[in-house]
Amino acid sequence: MGEANQATLSGKAEVLAGMPDHPAILAIMAWQPDALLDARFDRGELTLTVAPEFIRDAAATVQAAGYNFFEDMTAVDWFPSAPRFQLSYHILSHRLLERIRLRVLLDEAGPVVESITPVWPGADYYEREVFDLFGIRFEGHPNLRRIMMPDEWQGHPLRKDYPVEGYR
Amino acid sequence: MTDVAGTPILEAPVAEGAKDQHMVLNMGPQHPATHGVLRLVLEIDGEIVVRLYPEIGYLHTGIEKTCEAKFYQQVVPLTDRVNYLDPLSNNLCYCLAVEKLLDLEIPEKAQWLRVLLTELSRLNSHLIWLGTHAMDIGALTVFLYTFREREEILRLLEAVAGQRMMTSYIRIGGLSMEPPIDFLARVQAFIKTLPEKIDEYSNLLTGNPIFRNRLKGVGYLSAADAIALGVTGPPLRASGVDIDLRRDMPYSSYEKFQFKVPVSTDGDTWARYLVRLDEMRESIKIIQQALDGMPEGAIKADAPKIVLPDREKMKTQMEALIHHFKIVTEGFNVPAGEVYQGIECGHGQVGYYVVSDGTAKPWRVHMRYPSFATLQALETMCKGGMLADVVAVIGSIDIVLGEIDR
Repeated sequence: MGEANQATLSGKAEVLAGMPDHPAILAIMAWQPDALLDARFDRGELTLTVAPEFIRDAAATVQAAGYNFFEDMTAVDWFPSAPRFQLSYHILSHRLLERIRLRVLLDEAGPVVESITPVWPGADYYEREVFDLFGIRFEGHPNLRRIMMPDEWQGHPLRKDYPVEGYR
Repeated sequence: MTDVAGTPILEAPVAEGAKDQHMVLNMGPQHPATHGVLRLVLEIDGEIVVRLYPEIGYLHTGIEKTCEAKFYQQVVPLTDRVNYLDPLSNNLCYCLAVEKLLDLEIPEKAQWLRVLLTELSRLNSHLIWLGTHAMDIGALTVFLYTFREREEILRLLEAVAGQRMMTSYIRIGGLSMEPPIDFLARVQAFIKTLPEKIDEYSNLLTGNPIFRNRLKGVGYLSAADAIALGVTGPPLRASGVDIDLRRDMPYSSYEKFQFKVPVSTDGDTWARYLVRLDEMRESIKIIQQALDGMPEGAIKADAPKIVLPDREKMKTQMEALIHHFKIVTEGFNVPAGEVYQGIECGHGQVGYYVVSDGTAKPWRVHMRYPSFATLQALETMCKGGMLADVVAVIGSIDIVLGEIDR
């Protein structure tokens, strides 16, 4: 509670104007303003959309800015809209006691993104899970193999064009 | 070089003419000490663990996929089944996430009862951990003691929710029904005896030289490694990182409770044992405060289009009957958006990431469970240690395979 009184800010310009001294935004703007494509502050949560080619460096940048704990990472399939895939990284700061969400949008054809395991080794299982269930590849991942499904499984179950029950 | 399993360890080339070869040992998935269906592939040099590779997914049921085909309120019973040792924390985390999307205000009494119940649930989880952990080391007695108290907690949960393990008691917008009249008195009677029961476990284990020698200095995890690998909860605090979401990012009116967060800097299996034991004592304090200050009022939010009406009203009032029918058959629409809600459960930080597209079914429900990340740290903890210590370390990180595989 207590977050309800905070207004929603949508769009990069509005967030930059509304939260000028947010440490994560400051760090990203100081490092590479082009990397930040979009931003949104909604329900007390800050979402920063990062260009796919910058995600590893963006992760390292927010890590240096005090967001030290990689909490969660997953994907969302927006089929049939485009861009189809969204990756959401949830990063917590033990010092600021605040969470940010880094968001990456990927196209349907051959989704590939850089792995953030060099920044947080703990992303290992999470990226394997997304690879297994969504079919998104992570470049530079030390052991990109299926984690939930059997190795010889065909298809990626969490994609929206994969049926919930019955035959594929 | 190929093998049956295809795990990377087994693909490691052996140098030509090597005299001392490492041995590969398979542990699980049907091994009593792995608490479920965890398979570990160990590379050992004599009795020293050189590499360890956990193979998971044996219990994968695709719960996240199932969630996408259900109405929002139908997801609650699925969350029980993820971490079946701490069901109320799962219910709570999911409901808090959806309530954040709905911007729903929860009555104070419901919030306090949620705190009371999740603490009971945490005690349940810690009691199972203590019993099985001690059993893995060889101290069988404690298991019988802790399950005696766990049975009491399950009876309390049965009294309040009608179900021992799969409670589904915490619902979107509040609780499913009023607790029975004597419920708070029963909780009071239970927690009055619990501190001495915890002393009893402590008497059996803390001073026991065998138990102490098996745990001290075993499975060391540094604070930096713990953070890098995403470890949360008691293992993180036993490594010296003082973070507990209940205190630091409070939810469900935890900010109104006074409790200490046990921290140790030793980072070994023994420290994890002491931290959890202290946490149980703190949980009792929280429950006592919840009992003492339990507010009066409703247990459901005033949102007839979201919260199911009481049985009585549903049978006597036309409007309540219509709402009931609409919720059950059509669900309720949730405003589009994405939220992440983190809470502290018995094993560590749980997080629910719920994405809504504005319809009555969630577009995506992702569950962040602590054991999934903690398992990654197992190799760091076991490397260079003895083979027999692997079992002690697995017990100390308190994993549940249901929440790893989902």
